[in-house]
This record gives sequence, structure tokens and C-alpha cells, in this order.
Amino acid sequence: MKRLKDVKGTTKVDFATYLGVTIAFLIVYALQLDGRLTNSVESWLVPICCFIVMAVSLNLVVGISGELSLGHAGFMSVGAFSGITAAMSLSSAIPLAPVRLVVGIVVGALCAAVAGVVVGVPVLRLRGDYLAIVTLAFGQIIKDLINCLLVGYDSKGLHIIFNVSGLRSISDLHMDDTGVAIIKGAQGATGVTKLASFPAGYILVMVTLVVVLHIIRSRTGRAIMSIRDNRIAAESVGINVTKYKMIAFVTSAALAGAAGALYGLNYGGLVSSRFDFNTSILVLVYVVLGGLGNIWGSVIGATVLYILPEALRDFADYRMLVYAIVLILVMIATNNPTIKTLFGKLTALVKRRGSAAAAKGGAQ
Amino acid sequence: MVFFSYLISGISLGSVYAIIALGYTMVYGIAKMLNFAHGDVIMVGGYVAFCAISYLSLPPAVAVVLAVAACTVLGVLIEGLAYRPLRQAGSLAVLITAIGVSYFLQNAAQLIWHATPKNFTSIVHFDLPAGLTAMGLSSEAIVTVASCVVIMIALTTFVSKSKMGKAMRACSEDKAAAQIMGINVNATISMTFAIGSALAAIAGVLLCSSYPTLQPTTGSMPGIKAFTAAVFGGIGSIPGAFLGGLLLGIIESMAKAYISTNLANAIVFAVLIVVLLVKPTGLLGKYVPEKV
Repeated sequence: MKRLKDVKGTTKVDFATYLGVTIAFLIVYALQLDGRLTNSVESWLVPICCFIVMAVSLNLVVGISGELSLGHAGFMSVGAFSGITAAMSLSSAIPLAPVRLVVGIVVGALCAAVAGVVVGVPVLRLRGDYLAIVTLAFGQIIKDLINCLLVGYDSKGLHIIFNVSGLRSISDLHMDDTGVAIIKGAQGATGVTKLASFPAGYILVMVTLVVVLHIIRSRTGRAIMSIRDNRIAAESVGINVTKYKMIAFVTSAALAGAAGALYGLNYGGLVSSRFDFNTSILVLVYVVLGGLGNIWGSVIGATVLYILPEALRDFADYRMLVYAIVLILVMIATNNPTIKTLFGKLTALVKRRGSAAAAKGGAQ
Repeated sequence: MVFFSYLISGISLGSVYAIIALGYTMVYGIAKMLNFAHGDVIMVGGYVAFCAISYLSLPPAVAVVLAVAACTVLGVLIEGLAYRPLRQAGSLAVLITAIGVSYFLQNAAQLIWHATPKNFTSIVHFDLPAGLTAMGLSSEAIVTVASCVVIMIALTTFVSKSKMGKAMRACSEDKAAAQIMGINVNATISMTFAIGSALAAIAGVLLCSSYPTLQPTTGSMPGIKAFTAAVFGGIGSIPGAFLGGLLLGIIESMAKAYISTNLANAIVFAVLIVVLLVKPTGLLGKYVPEKV
């Protein structure tokens, strides 16, 4: 009977998450259709969806699988540039924009999943901080490789060269008159047709939530979490550690790739330095502040922390300084044992003295 | 001859990485945390030296002392205010706090000194005989390598011979046991941060002498590279940081010269990945067997 209650609890949380995201989407979308959103707010919508997907997928690796990854933006980058390439080169074959967007996202996700396997197979043998540094290194490598990439397409198909010497240019692709350059090395992708829209972002968020929550609540998810909690014990009851770590890592990479493709198709141009170490860190901050292993925490964390620096633009130069201070203070406040006990005591005191309403205020 | 000049620039760059990596590795060895703000302490050191010379027109030696003093105080302050309250918290919480500190330093520097790059005039420049210059040697390279070797020897002696060094090693083995034996763990960790930050200041001055542009993000890439160097050599090991730094500098310089300028960083990181796969604890790292 007790077990039944527990299961119901998590299912309730999951449905509340879906419902919350849907309601938030409907309200914001209604406001958008009504023309009540300012241009700057409207420009946040798709990036927020992308970063929610990034945060939820990173949470699968950091929170559920317990591996610190500092190269999540690398997968986003792979997804973005492969997605852009696919969507642009198919523009004559598939005239319908939404279909092309979906194709772009799927291609982005697949390419990122392949990258995830390539990175994951050797890397998941390492533990803890070493895994962190290797994923960091991977993110840097991806950034540099894309900086050397020249891609274009014409009537004969796709042309790709790898500009190692740094001397070649787009004319070395030898395209015919119909040729269009897609990725121009360090200049990144230019002239991209914007395909992304807020409803598409919402659908991607929902797909991500369904995928991730289903993994977590399944046998696979329990195996992954058991490895996180005690690797040796999990191994001793016959759980294949590498397999389950790979499942979490590759799923997360694929979702990051999908988010990257959506992000890439939301702008007219994109450079690979957009997805550097700082972006990986940014997503990690969303995950940690939202709560490790807590999926709806990641959704809220990504939304609030994306809006916060944007909304602080009034402070101009001071906004990132304020952001940094807020970050440090929140980390100290939520992790320091003295402050925690102090909060606990305060809550207890208020509870004992006042009414239930007062207790709620003290807890916050 | 050309190869020789590339080797020299690699060793010189590697020495800077090694000095920074020493700070990383000491902090990691004792506090078991990745101090991502370390790279930004380098930048602060560079700016303090720059201001001392350009605005206060102090002699270079005084400027270096001032930079070291400022960074030491900064390091101890960062540790006391941001990291000490999180001594018992999980490693991820500390990591995020370190990133917060890094953002803070970068943005504070941007407010104080603005984003436009400052042109740092080398303070370790002296004229070399023409024969040496032809071989690709520069005064900056000589001073950098010499200071790296001196620092390395001094640090090894300090850690292995002095009482404080012994306390540091004890804390890195087992903090609770060290405390029981009467070691002031907090003071020892503060001391480690002080030494690491002082080294960062020296690295900042040397880095800016060889690569003269100074801006708020100057420290972040060398910081990441030096962290890589520390891991490369085996994090927590002082000779490892030295070796890792040197090797990383040489690989980077050679990759730039012979393979591709664009891919130099990628090659450095690829070598790191390969080394870690063959030897998961780094070149000189200790393998600690897991106990059930």
C-alpha cells in the first residue's frame, strides 16, 4: 500500500510538470498572439525553450547519472551546425518550413548522439573530476573543429572541406552558380532562414520532458541512479555500469543536439564560439540551482536564470556583477549547514508561534 | 634553428602554464576543489602590475611585489568569504561558487579597468647578445623559465621540509585526522590559497610580459589550459603540474608551428584525452584503489 502511494507521488509530480509547462506556454502564447509582448521578450521565448531542454538533458547526466559534464554546449554546437546544414540544404527538396525544422532537429539530434557515443565510449571509463576535464576538453575541440569547417551546397549536392591550414576559403568548395555557402569557418553559419517558433520550442520541451521522465521512472532510470549512489554495489548486483551510463550520456547528448538545432534555426547567423565553455557552465548553473536530479527544478531554473540577466539590463554594466553575487549568495545560503539550521530554527519558531500562513512566509 | 625557436617559445609558454597549474594543483590537493576563479586571479595580478607601472610609475620590481601582495590578499579573501562557508557542502556547490567568483572578478575588472585591452609593456625586458636573439631566445623567455624553476624548487622544499608544508600534506591526506592532531585546517587551507594566488600574480605578470594585451578575460583561457596541465600531470602532484605545464606549452607551440594555428587548442586537448585514457590519473598522479 505504501509503495503504491510513492508511485502515485512521483507520477503526480510528473503530470504537474507537464501541466505547468503547458499552462505557462498557453498563457505566454496567448499573450504573444495578442501582441502584448515586447519585441525583446518575444526574442527570449525560443532560447528559453532551448535552454530548458539543455538543462533537463544535462540534469540526466549530472543529477541522475551523477557524472559532472562540462562540455554540454559541445553537443549543442554539433546539433546546431548539423541541423542548420540539413535544413538549409534541403530547402528546395522540402518546401514546407515546419517539416524542414523537424528534419533539422532530428538530424541535429542524431549527429549529437553519434558525437555522444564517440565521446562516451572512452570517456565514461574515467571518474569524477577527470570526466569533467575531458568533457571540457571535448567542448573546446568541437568549437575549434567547427571553426575550420567550410560547408556549402549547390545543385550537385553538399560540399564539405576541412580548413586545417586556415588558408582555404569558401571558393575552394568549387560550387557551381547555384552554390550557397552554409558554414564559413570562423564566421560560422550565415544567411540561415529562421524556422524556429515558440510552439516548436514548446513541443521540443514536452518531448524532452517525456523522454527524460520516462527514463528516470523506468527500470533503466533506477539502474542509472543505483550506479550514481554506489557504483560498486550496483555492479555487484549485476548492473552493467557502462551500458547504463552510456544510455544516460547519449540520450542527453541527443537532446542537447535537438536543442542546438532549434537554437541555430532561430537566428540568421551563428558562430561556434557561441557554444563555448561559458555556455556549458551556464547550463550547469541552471541545473545546480534548479536542484540536482529535479526535473521541474531544471525547467524553472533555466527559465528564471535566463530571464534574470536579461531583465537586469537596466543595471547595464552592473548586471553580471549582480548575477555573480546572487549566484554565490544562493549557493552559500542553500549549502551552508549553519544557515540551513538557522532557517530550520526560524521555520520551527514561526510554526510554533503563528498560524499556518505565517509559517509559510517564514519557510520562504 | 626554426625548430629550436619554437621549442623555446613552447617552454616559455609552458613555464607560465606550470606556474598557474601549481596553484591549481595545490588547492585541489588540499581543498579537493576545482578553483575556476584561479585564472581570473592571474588577470587581477596583471592589472595591478599594469596600474602600478603606468599610473603610479613605480619601478617594475615594486609593481611585481604589489601584484603579489594584492593577489595574496584577494586569494585569502575569496577563500574566507566564498569557499569556507561551503567546506562541508558537495563538490558541485563549491564548483558553482568558484564559477560565481570567476564571473565576479571578470565583471568587477571590466567595471574598474573597462573592456578595452590595455597594452602591457614587458617589465622583464633586457637586451640580449645578438647571437642569442638569433636563436629565438628572448629576455622574457629566460626570466619566465628561470622563475618557474625557482618557484618549483622553492615550493617542493617548502612542502616537503617546512612545518606548514607538513600540515598541508596532512590536510590533503585526511582533514579530520589532521585536525585531531592539532593542525589548524582552516589556516592551512588559507595558506594554500595565499601561496596559489601569489603564484598566479607572478604568472600574470610573466604572461602579460610575453603576450602584451591585457583585458578582463585574459586569465580565463590560460586558466583552463593550466587546469588541463595540472590534470595532465596528475592533479594534486607538484612535480606533475610542472611537467604537465611544460609539456602542454611545448605541444601547443609545436602544433601551432607544424600542424595548424586554428587547431592548436584542439590538439592540446586531444592529447590530454589520449593521456587520460591510457593513464587515467595523469602522468604522475597516484592511483588510489577503491575500497568497498
